[in-house]
Amino acid sequence: MAGRAIADASRWVGAGEGSVIGGRVTLAIDQRALELMAAGHQSVAVSGTNGKTTTTRLLAAALSTRGPVSTNSAGANLIPGLVSSLFRGRAGAAVALEVDEGHLAEAIAAVHPTAVVLLNLSRDQLDRFGEVRRHAADWRLALAASPGTVVVANADDPLVCWAAGACEPATNGQRCGVTWVGTGQRWRADASACPNCGSRIRWTEGRGERGGVPWACTSCTLARPRPDAWLEGSDLVLADGRRLPIHLQLPGRVNVSNAAMAVAGAMVLGVDPGRAVRAMSRVRAVAGRYQVLNVGGARVRLLLAKNPAGWAEALGLIRPPPTPVIIGINAGVADGRDPSWLWDVPFEQLRGRLVVATGERGRDLAVRLRYAGVRHTYEPDYRKAVAVGAAGLAGGSNVSARGAAGPKQAEIDFVANYTSFQDARRALTSGARGAVPAR
Amino acid sequence: MSPVPERVSIALLYPELLGTYGDGGNATVLAQRLRWRNIPAEVVDVHAGEPIPSSCQIYVMGGGEDAPQALAARELRSSPALVDAVAGGAAVLAVCAGLQVLGQRFAAEDGKAHDGLGLLDCETHRDDGPRRVGEVVITPDPSLDLPDLTGYENHGGVTTIGPDAQPLGRVVVGHGNDGGDGTEGIVNGRVVGTYLHGPVLARNPALADHLLTSVLGPLEPLDDEEVEALRKERLHAARHPHMHMPQLTSGWRRLLRGN
Repeated sequence: MAGRAIADASRWVGAGEGSVIGGRVTLAIDQRALELMAAGHQSVAVSGTNGKTTTTRLLAAALSTRGPVSTNSAGANLIPGLVSSLFRGRAGAAVALEVDEGHLAEAIAAVHPTAVVLLNLSRDQLDRFGEVRRHAADWRLALAASPGTVVVANADDPLVCWAAGACEPATNGQRCGVTWVGTGQRWRADASACPNCGSRIRWTEGRGERGGVPWACTSCTLARPRPDAWLEGSDLVLADGRRLPIHLQLPGRVNVSNAAMAVAGAMVLGVDPGRAVRAMSRVRAVAGRYQVLNVGGARVRLLLAKNPAGWAEALGLIRPPPTPVIIGINAGVADGRDPSWLWDVPFEQLRGRLVVATGERGRDLAVRLRYAGVRHTYEPDYRKAVAVGAAGLAGGSNVSARGAAGPKQAEIDFVANYTSFQDARRALTSGARGAVPAR
Repeated sequence: MSPVPERVSIALLYPELLGTYGDGGNATVLAQRLRWRNIPAEVVDVHAGEPIPSSCQIYVMGGGEDAPQALAARELRSSPALVDAVAGGAAVLAVCAGLQVLGQRFAAEDGKAHDGLGLLDCETHRDDGPRRVGEVVITPDPSLDLPDLTGYENHGGVTTIGPDAQPLGRVVVGHGNDGGDGTEGIVNGRVVGTYLHGPVLARNPALADHLLTSVLGPLEPLDDEEVEALRKERLHAARHPHMHMPQLTSGWRRLLRGN
């Protein structure tokens, strides 16, 4: 009760959504709060470097076809946030939990979820990069100690496959089960050395097979498992031959992959995949991502991309030139303090339009864009950055803070990394009457 | 110094093994600074398992994790190409794990020692301390005639340079080699090793041009105004870290949000 009271107080004073502090208070009273609250719920935990929030949202939509669902609000994916979301759930509700990749092992040990959905693992915060492989090792141990948990794993991510036990024939398929999903993930640079033995992993290009490219370690037995479900275009194909077209309101191939993982997760709890896909098609925006804001007459679409793997997908979402692009880069603790990863993103693909560099580390980005041969300008203020983008589209050099959308509304894509996204969303939605969600 | 070739080739060695920290950007910077001077340039990615060309003018290596680093060292030592290229006048920039691999020996996280390539007179071992992570400023060795360098370090290794070896510079902010002698990096002729990410050449165009002129001779200056603005910001942030922690202002909000 104390936890819920504090959570309400936190919301009331406007300090936050209340879920984290409520969970902290509950945990302070009983360290085993997560374990106690999880008992009696069917739950699915979703983790990975990219796509956690969206996949959890899609999963919650799918689970809602079978009854009440409890889920954690975006970002509250550490242990206190999980406690709070379970706390608020109705008795018997299915639980869809987004879990930070660094805390998944702890969550598995406490919750023993019915299923875990393992999306991907890649470089995210460079100053903490050494942790990526350790996360995979921790997941592996935690899953081995939770034999009743069904694993839904991305067959195109070697780190994920190793964590899910892919190279141990004794456990593969013998535990409660692993559902391998072929997602055709694009980013491979963090799996060049085998997580099992350190040798090289070889990808056999040009031989598409069940939704992806075959890969195998050149020395040990780790190899791409044969998927039980895979993507062909935007159709999800199941091993029994069923074919489910995925139509989402969320853009991009990456979200089709997220949806495929979510369907497989929901199926573990007995949800019909056809109904799951239909429920997902109604999800519009997730924690502000893909939301369109009207800012000073310009229609600004918000996208999140916080690392090279995320950017590999985001570059495919950005609309073609002349659509101006605004990119916000921060290097706070939650982003990683070293933005060198900007040089792993092929920003050269943004040539032929104006890009506005903004955020606390906008100057690092501006230099990157200069070397990429992209026409760009630096503007640290988020609202002014939108105005500069809109004015650039109108072809006017007379840049005013109010923007110059011209007769047709300017369409702008705004891509930011983690804390810059939060700052930009706040800056663009607050204080100005012109900033209202647009349809 | 060899005559200027028609096209300058820059080899990026093992980007999939030694590309964790964005250091591949150093090759991009070198190639673009040549193209801006109307000198044709190409970046040649050399992947593990492929032969290393010995005909490139500059070789670039970056930072990586322990297992990939050991794999890269094995691959490098299996071919005389890089040593031959250096003997023939090529320049090398080796960052972090790359620097360690070019030394005499280096230790992995498990304490196991690996032989390096011996192009740099240094050895790297591990200590029990925390990784050295953060902004760095160094004042380059006076013989290099370079302005202060800015970068970001992130390493668990401690590098000891030989008694006659020349460091890249002396640490003003940060750790550097951190055998306690205040040195950062190591230079042997046209072979430059450093712990600085950023990437180091993106933040320090003077070092990029130093490497280019070491193989091509004098080059015309470029307009680096935009990079200078970044350098100014980074040098200031490193020297006054308390003024560059924006999360402190919204710390209360972020504490409640749990990130």
